[in-house]
Amino acid sequence: MTVKYTREHEWIRIEGDTATVGITFYAQEQLGDVVFVELPEADTSADQGAEVAVVESVKAASDIYAPVTGTIVESNSELSDRPELVNEDPENDGWFFKMNLSDTSELEDLLDEADYQTFIQEEL
Amino acid sequence: MTNLHALVLESFHAERGAKFGPFAGYRMPVQYSLGVKGEHIHTRNAVGLFDVSHMGQLLIEGTGATNALEQLVPAALQEMIPGQIRYSQLTLNNGGILDDLMLTRWDEESWGLVVNGACKHGDIDHLKTYLPADVTMRYFDNHSLIAVQGPKARRILSELIPEAEQLTFMRSTQTSWNGHDIILSCCGYTGEDGYEISIAKQFVRELAEELTQLRETTWVGLGARNSLRLETGLCLYGHDLTTDTTPIEADLSWSIQKRRRTDGGFLGAEIILKQMTDGSPRKRVGIKPEDGKTPLRDHTILKNVAGSVVGEITSGGFGPTLQGPVAMGYVSQNLCELGTELVAEVRGKDLRCAVCDPIFVKQRYVRNLSH
Repeated sequence: MTVKYTREHEWIRIEGDTATVGITFYAQEQLGDVVFVELPEADTSADQGAEVAVVESVKAASDIYAPVTGTIVESNSELSDRPELVNEDPENDGWFFKMNLSDTSELEDLLDEADYQTFIQEEL
Repeated sequence: MTNLHALVLESFHAERGAKFGPFAGYRMPVQYSLGVKGEHIHTRNAVGLFDVSHMGQLLIEGTGATNALEQLVPAALQEMIPGQIRYSQLTLNNGGILDDLMLTRWDEESWGLVVNGACKHGDIDHLKTYLPADVTMRYFDNHSLIAVQGPKARRILSELIPEAEQLTFMRSTQTSWNGHDIILSCCGYTGEDGYEISIAKQFVRELAEELTQLRETTWVGLGARNSLRLETGLCLYGHDLTTDTTPIEADLSWSIQKRRRTDGGFLGAEIILKQMTDGSPRKRVGIKPEDGKTPLRDHTILKNVAGSVVGEITSGGFGPTLQGPVAMGYVSQNLCELGTELVAEVRGKDLRCAVCDPIFVKQRYVRNLSH
């Protein structure tokens, strides 16, 4: 199991050819209280960088991008009734969707945890 | 955020975890460490403190002031008693709204005005153009304005300023606190009982510190100020009211008293009063999505069920008290009836929604004292 990060503040946990995607602790902190999450349907295919979900906080709506190319296999239906899970447990129970990866080489461009920590320090 | 004015209390707010954002030319606290949702709920349950010193405080006085002001606002001013406040709008010849404001009568020919921060310089120019030479205008840019809002504001603020206890909604008094002159007004923009306190800048930190010491108070930023006013159906100038919106379209007819409806005599009266009798082409309404979940944001396009564009959302978001989406917008007159089905275009997808009362959460003003 590997965890990678994007510059759009998403985490991606890879287990075999399946990836679970969510937003980072830092991202939820910046968003503030999450009040609504719009999730993709299962079986939709998405290119890397495509807008696939939306997270809305009390402040604004933000797009969630597919971190890699693949097919959405499942969305976290729990979030539709409990969007606050994104704040409470962003990197576990607050996951957004799972995808089947088409091209594992895309993972090489993503950040590892240390790189991501450096990246957010620079953004602050 | 350069070239923005700093509030006198900027460092005070920063010490309380404020995150700042630009608004009306000022660096304003958007939220404190509690966060928008927490601050909103705290204000509905206890007391929220707001620094709204960006707003414009004006004093207009002199022979003919009352008549001159009546030509600029559709509210009936002559009938008001000293210490009474009325909500009104500065109207334009096209019937549009230059700004919305609070007017307090101090004396026969003496009026206090509180106008929006983003509009104040334009308002001052407008007033200068229309007020006769005998009428003077003072801009109190050396004064701060602190709002104290919430169901416990009356009881708690009375411990500091005893006059608060007896002051009812839309009444104001000039008094003093700790030896400093203040204006205490029972009004606000959260839909709750509460007050606004005007005080000279050099004493505002002293006041802010004492307010912070009171039980059950917390500082609240613009984020929650917006969700509080939106839930209770109050308009935000620049979003829900503009120079192209008339008071009738904005559903503010209640703020035009009987004599003014009959006699007119204010800028744009011809258009505004005609709309009052014949109806306006569009109307401000509340909008709720049928799924009860998707927030409708500002500028969301509204369509009828046949798919034609019929209006747009002017203010929308999430209401922490309602625990759901709250929005207001404008639709064609024939679609403004409660329950009318509409379609909102959200991120390219059609979302079914319905017209509703823009007051999502009941206003709780204290108009009478029951004891």
